[in-house]
Amino acid sequence: MNMIEAINSAHDVMMERDPNTVVLGEDVGYFGGVFRATANLQKKYGKSRVFDTPIAEGGIVGTAIGMATYGLRPVAEIQFADYIYPGFDQIVSEAARIRYRTAGEWTVPLTIRTPYGGGIFGGQTHSQSPEALFAHVAGLKVVVPSNPYDAKGLLIASIEDNDPVVFFEPKRIYNGPFDGFYERPVTPWAKHPKAEVPEDYYTVPLGKAEVVREGEAVTILAYGTMVHVALATAEAEGIDAEVIDLRTIVPVDIDTIEASVKKTGRCVVVHEATRTAGFGAELSALVQERCFYHLEAPVQRVTGFDTPYPHSLEWAYFPGPVRLGQALKKTLED
Amino acid sequence: MNRDKERRNRPALALHVPEPDARPGDEIDFSHIPIPAAGAAPRPDVSARPDAIRDLAYGLVRVLDEEGRAVGPWDPRLDADTLRRMLRDMMMVRVYDDRMYRAQRQGKTSFYMKSTGEEAIAVAGTHALDREDMTFPTYRQQGILVARDYPLIDMMCQVYSNRGDPLKGRQLPIMYSTKEYGFFSISGNLGTQYPQAVGWAMGSAIKGDSRIAVGYIGDGATAEGDFHNAVTFAGVYRAPVILNIVNNQWAISTFSGIAGAELTTFAARAVGYGIPGLRVDGNDALAVYAATRWAADRARSNLGPTLIEFFTYRVEGHSTSDDPSAYRPQGAGKAWPLGDPIERLKQHLIGLGEWDEERHAAQHEELNAEVRAAQKEAEKLGTLQSDPWSDIGSMFEDVYEDVPWHLAEQRDQALAEKEAKR
Ligand SMILES: Cc1ncc(C[n+]2csc(CCOP(=O)(O)OP(=O)(O)O)c2C)c(N)n1
Repeated sequence: MNMIEAINSAHDVMMERDPNTVVLGEDVGYFGGVFRATANLQKKYGKSRVFDTPIAEGGIVGTAIGMATYGLRPVAEIQFADYIYPGFDQIVSEAARIRYRTAGEWTVPLTIRTPYGGGIFGGQTHSQSPEALFAHVAGLKVVVPSNPYDAKGLLIASIEDNDPVVFFEPKRIYNGPFDGFYERPVTPWAKHPKAEVPEDYYTVPLGKAEVVREGEAVTILAYGTMVHVALATAEAEGIDAEVIDLRTIVPVDIDTIEASVKKTGRCVVVHEATRTAGFGAELSALVQERCFYHLEAPVQRVTGFDTPYPHSLEWAYFPGPVRLGQALKKTLED
Repeated sequence: MNRDKERRNRPALALHVPEPDARPGDEIDFSHIPIPAAGAAPRPDVSARPDAIRDLAYGLVRVLDEEGRAVGPWDPRLDADTLRRMLRDMMMVRVYDDRMYRAQRQGKTSFYMKSTGEEAIAVAGTHALDREDMTFPTYRQQGILVARDYPLIDMMCQVYSNRGDPLKGRQLPIMYSTKEYGFFSISGNLGTQYPQAVGWAMGSAIKGDSRIAVGYIGDGATAEGDFHNAVTFAGVYRAPVILNIVNNQWAISTFSGIAGAELTTFAARAVGYGIPGLRVDGNDALAVYAATRWAADRARSNLGPTLIEFFTYRVEGHSTSDDPSAYRPQGAGKAWPLGDPIERLKQHLIGLGEWDEERHAAQHEELNAEVRAAQKEAEKLGTLQSDPWSDIGSMFEDVYEDVPWHLAEQRDQALAEKEAKR
């Protein structure tokens, strides 16, 4: 399965298993979503469980919170992460805090799915990576899969989770892994081991990272599309890097990170989002706090630049193998 | 416990989710759409109280009848030169759209959106405004630029993100911006321009200026909070603004019923805010002109905002990324009973003895040649595929007025990366 099919399958499995699972969002019903992630679900489960919404992200999230407080498990799609902001108030001020402010009397088992990230010539309004804005908010879980197998397992785990989850889907890798070498022909998921996705129920637990490449020289912390860039760069540069796919950024798997950095003594964090106050800053701080005496070089951050995503200069913006390779070399020289 | 038992005897509630009348494979049928006769709607004085003219929010202002004659009180009685100019601009938009659509299909750019069938709304509306009035468009009002003689080459360079792109390769194709031509920068985030249009108009009022603002929004995007914020502020402060809703009945795959059109008209949203709402045949250039003029006169006389719904149909797909045959019957656009705005204006001019088929065909050829020539020139400055805007350093400009240290550092890094790639 490619990533879209895996995400579709996660919905299907959960809607079949749990009649409380409902799906809503712009164009998700009859058409099955502009990326087809919800294709055929309405036909199978009916319009009361899979339906198109008005173009009103505040309305989508606000009503989904209401459905969740009723006892449903809504999965709300925000068409592009760049358009999540009209729903921001409901996510941040409401979904994130209802458990807390009611002393646990009410909970919001809501999953908000949204495609994010660049590399598709989406210009500055179809390319953003706003995960850090949500990671900063107490009460939300933030998930970012990097492959079809994880996408399905993590989405099922998110739907079953009793807390609100913001689930960021790296749209650049919906149809195939992307390693940042944009001149190279794209390979489909079919050739990738993580495309072997069981048809039925399984979960990948939230809060658990995966060591996707073992190494001794340096730890690369990555998530989403950047996992593939990290793997390819380590290979291309011939660097014995350990690559960790975080999979969930809140809660982040500190044990896996700590063990790896203590082993390698070096760390590079990489993400597509702008640099300043990005999630890389948090990762870097965590590593300094917990591994300072094991570090042999300062933690490096490899990120997008602190500018909006420019249409024609997309590849100059995207943190690809050159930027990551340079940071890795710098870390190893220090 | 008892209460639970009691509840079980009550009827089960059911969720209503609106559905369009026809889906792929169905016969397209628009016969249920009430279309009042041209000329039937009264034309009140601009000072009329909004509650006295509520019917206009539920009817349909039409001027051109089935034979292309201008009838009734809304006939703006335009001279033949203005009519011919509007026809020319609408034809230009269509020729330009077709050309750029093809350029996208040829891989010369990443994306394109057409306004086929909606040309009258931007073009005739703009001709009814003053050149100094400010517009806050969506991605489907390129007709404003054409009507204001913005250079075609600049439009194309924007679409190509090439060396000549006035926006330095930053924006998606079709997201033009030109202050000089009174065309505000287009945002990909739906609806944001609507309160901004109101704010611009409030600014004009605060300063005692005489210019008014015009905001545009799609039927789908009227569901956004920004729509409601805009109308609230416009009403409260009697902002000199025209708030246009382009109801082309589709928001990507989602029909207008999901935005509320099953329950009422979009123009009727004005009623709850206490401002006048007009519902207008958007495929009738004369009705578009007349309604815009009426609203502009109100705004200029300090009578406040007007909400106008232009009723039309999105003939083509939403964008180059969309395939409408997956969610609506094929040929729906052709079957749309209010016809084609270009054809209707052409018939009108022919009826007046001011136009004929030969001139029309010749004009089409001329416009085609003009667009081709502009395209050739624009492509000399590159396309997204062959030779896009590539000044990496420029990426770090205009984020702030001055380039702060961290961006300067990142600029150096980006330039070094470019070297490393060679
Ligand atoms: C805030 C926001 N949400 C979602 C989108 C994705 N989107 C782009 S266009 C569109 C449909 C808009 O329909 P409508 O307002 O009717 O305008 P039309 O395209 O028909 O002219 C959607 C949902 C967006 N651009 N911005």
